Amino acid sequence: MTDLQPGASGVTAFLDIRDLTMQFGGLRAVSEFTMAVPEHGLYGLIGPNGAGKTTVFNMVTGLYQPTSGEIHFDGHIVNGLQPHEITHLGIARTFQNIRLFRNLTVLDNVRIAYHQHAGYALLEAVTRLGRFRRQERLLTEQAQDFLAVFGLHDRQLELAKNLPYGEQRRLEIARALAAQPRLLLLDEPAAGMNPNETETLMQLIRFVHDEFNLTILLIEHQMRVVMGICEWITVMDFGQVIARGTADDIQSNTQVIEAYLGKQFGKGLTSDAAAS
Amino acid sequence: MNKAIARTALRGLVWLIYAALAAGIVWGIAYLVRINGPVYFVQSVIDGLRLGFVYALIALGYTMVYGIVRLINFAHGDVFMVGAFTSFYAISRYGWGFVPAILLAMIVCTLLNVIIERIAYKPLRNAPRIAALITAIGVSFFLEYFTALRWVFSADYITYKRPFEVVVWNLKGVLITNITVIIVGVTIGLLVLLQFIINRTKIGKAMRATSDDKPASRLMGINVDGIISLTFAIGAALAGAGGVLYAIAFPQIWTFMGIMPGLKAFVAAVLGGIGNILGALVGSLLMGTVDVMVVSFVPNGSRLRDLFAFLILIIVFLVKPTGIFGETQIEKV
Amino acid sequence: MKRRFTIPTWIPTLVFAAAIYLAVRYATQTETITRYWYQVIQFAAITAISALGLNLIYGFNGQFSLGHVGFYAIGAYGSALITKDFGRNPWSGDRVGALSWIIAAQLGILLVLAAFRYLRIGRLRQRVRSTLASSLQPHECNVICLLLTLAITALILAAGYYATIGLHWVAYRLNTALYAALPQKLGVAVNFAVAILSGGTMAALVSYLVGLPLLRLGSDYFGIATLGFAIMMYTALQNSDLVIETMKGARGMVGIPPYTTWTWAFGALVVCAIIMRNLIRSSQGRAIISVREDEIAARAMGINVAQQKAMAFSFGGFFAGIAGALFAHLYGFLHPSSFNMIKGFDPLIIIVFGGLGSMTGTIVASIGFALLIEGLRVILPQGFEDWRFVIYPILLLLVMLLRQEGLLGTREWGWLRAPLPPDRDIPVPPRALAAQRAGGNNSEEA
Repeated sequence: MTDLQPGASGVTAFLDIRDLTMQFGGLRAVSEFTMAVPEHGLYGLIGPNGAGKTTVFNMVTGLYQPTSGEIHFDGHIVNGLQPHEITHLGIARTFQNIRLFRNLTVLDNVRIAYHQHAGYALLEAVTRLGRFRRQERLLTEQAQDFLAVFGLHDRQLELAKNLPYGEQRRLEIARALAAQPRLLLLDEPAAGMNPNETETLMQLIRFVHDEFNLTILLIEHQMRVVMGICEWITVMDFGQVIARGTADDIQSNTQVIEAYLGKQFGKGLTSDAAAS
Repeated sequence: MNKAIARTALRGLVWLIYAALAAGIVWGIAYLVRINGPVYFVQSVIDGLRLGFVYALIALGYTMVYGIVRLINFAHGDVFMVGAFTSFYAISRYGWGFVPAILLAMIVCTLLNVIIERIAYKPLRNAPRIAALITAIGVSFFLEYFTALRWVFSADYITYKRPFEVVVWNLKGVLITNITVIIVGVTIGLLVLLQFIINRTKIGKAMRATSDDKPASRLMGINVDGIISLTFAIGAALAGAGGVLYAIAFPQIWTFMGIMPGLKAFVAAVLGGIGNILGALVGSLLMGTVDVMVVSFVPNGSRLRDLFAFLILIIVFLVKPTGIFGETQIEKV
Repeated sequence: MKRRFTIPTWIPTLVFAAAIYLAVRYATQTETITRYWYQVIQFAAITAISALGLNLIYGFNGQFSLGHVGFYAIGAYGSALITKDFGRNPWSGDRVGALSWIIAAQLGILLVLAAFRYLRIGRLRQRVRSTLASSLQPHECNVICLLLTLAITALILAAGYYATIGLHWVAYRLNTALYAALPQKLGVAVNFAVAILSGGTMAALVSYLVGLPLLRLGSDYFGIATLGFAIMMYTALQNSDLVIETMKGARGMVGIPPYTTWTWAFGALVVCAIIMRNLIRSSQGRAIISVREDEIAARAMGINVAQQKAMAFSFGGFFAGIAGALFAHLYGFLHPSSFNMIKGFDPLIIIVFGGLGSMTGTIVASIGFALLIEGLRVILPQGFEDWRFVIYPILLLLVMLLRQEGLLGTREWGWLRAPLPPDRDIPVPPRALAAQRAGGNNSEEA
């Protein structure tokens, strides 16, 4: 697998980010970030805290408007669109600090993501006529099926805020999948999980990646996850890309080790040090 | 080549619009000056600024309280009303002078507001914000209707007796009274004092810290509850002074007089950028000027003044949602 | 997980509603309650409709609005204009004049809105930016955008104005023909129904127009802006005689036919409650609630947040308008002081009392509120009527201090409760099951 160099010969990748820059006042959070993800890829984006990873996600999903640069997704130009329009194009995400609809049931959390595919009009909803009954039933069943994939179907009527932390993380992924994306952005899905939960999560990410024919881009701090499932990894520091390559390339990259552990560790350390 | 021409043309158009806008503003002022003469215009501006200074005294209390506990203290306007009534009794019943009367009003208002804060707001500090807001509305109703009872202040309009004779100076037709001078002087004096307290003293530093981050301030050993009470106290003292000055300028008081000036002062604070003291002053001056100018120049202006006051608010909101001096916040994801 | 058979929730709810309706009817017909209390009960139902609307805006959609009373006023005065001429002077030529104007104006506004949408004015700025960014500076782009927007707006408004005049001509003739064809009694009933509906749609249209720019503001700022709207509305009503003589401004509008009866008020409440319940328990309703819960997450899940806010705000305005229309025809007299700021807090207090996000709570609290305010008038001894509004805030304070989440929290009763999902066995894909178990196996090995 090669890193598709964007812009080369005019071919655009599935997700193609070019020279993306985000300026907050005097702070340049992301500067000329370039990345390409092919269809059905499972890519990772890593870097120390404050490197600008989440800002990239926010720009791809339209929550921030980039100062300059372009984002192409499946042939569409994404920047300038509203977040919901981007989701309708087929990009969904999870959040670093879980953002569930806390006072709603688990089922409703997933059903909300289905809103764009609800398939009945306001008038039908208010009068309960027409397509309402059939579509609502269909929608509910599909939402339940998604919950089943993540082992949450027994808890569908509980409030999201009452779930334990690991299940909240899983619910967030289930909810993102219910938006029926083709590209899924996962922002630190394994944060705060114990090793067992992390293992389950890795299996689930692999499973949904194959099952739903998804392209996945994930940010993660736990090297075990990134090194274990990502085909290709991009490393950021101070808003810039400092390395890209397969897990093995990254583990032996001096710049990456410097970024994580400081200059004095840059030379003479084994790759294990960077990974732990 | 074509593109360059188009660019120049567009740029020219833009500057033409700017010029037209500037000309429009100048023409507008000139027009207002011409209708009833320059004296009338200047007089209106001065009256407007005078009203604005009174609004500023109320607005400061709103902005400080909002800045520190994020509560729209609807009862603030009624504290202002209590200030006016206190000085009324001091002056007309007991024949006090201006200075003792205003000091008494400030003290009474301070006590009242601290009591209100302790009884009504403090128990709700950790409740949803709407609970405190509803409570504030309740306190406001209570103050209005309780003082309207026959044996308290009664619900009638009362003519306020000024503690001093009105002196009028005529500057080429523009009338300036000693009331205007006193209002401006007292307001600026209190403002300077407030600025000094907030920026130069330890208490001021604690207030700024509390407004920024309550839990962290508590961890730094700041008595957060005390600071909040103090903020209410300072705000009330200013409102009390404002009430006295307002009653002196417009000598007719009744127990519902606090509602509109209170609301307008709050809107002025929001206009200037809430939590910002300079903003509150600028917003108030703007609000007072608009208020008086509408009365002076718009047909049926005295009936429509509230409409224009809030129209200004909505226009400012549409252009700059955080107010004139407010900082735009970046949404954290 | 099989559930046992249970009675459908709508049956007890229907029985309960019917019992209340019949009880009040019976009590009035046998004159068990006085005419005064009869009106109080109707007023309670009307307040409940308006409060339901505010609960949709604030309780379900999370937009803190202090301007609800403004929409209530629009519904009241708008519908009063329609029926006043009609009832008073049945066979004179101009009895459908106001009605035709109001219908035409609404259609005109709708046309203008449609034109704006069709031309995608909201996107204008972006389009201009992207074409001109290379050659002009941002502030210059802004000025060009503003100029273009103003020009297009002026054109559309002018077109809308002439369309309205044309529509009025058509509506006038149609209305005249329609009411000439109906028997007088039926004509009056139809006219009242049309007036109520128009009150609602007018308020909904205005709330959409007001909400469009204001809903972008943050929570408190939105509250202040809507408060500003309510006060502007109040001032406008006090001076309404400057524009429309029959509205009489601060003197109060008299001569409105008192059409409102218990059947009308209760029927409207039931219909509004059904509409709202069906809305909330649908995908659209869930989208509305998601905005309250977490705006950013809602956006990321493909919810058009601006649209959901506008929809909730318009629906809320619609309910307020309907309530206003019923209120106008309850006493036959309208005065701006019924729509001042102090009255504007009533629905807010009611929904916080009843529980934000609880329809049952809102209805219960509305009835309790009306009975409390009027009840105090009866309970207090002679000469102590002034104490009514002293005791009321004290009660308010006590309730707020003791029970901050309101009477019912977000709980609902009967048919208003969220329906349970259909009972079925949910299949788990085998590979997913394996993945779920993977972590567990590991722990056993360890």
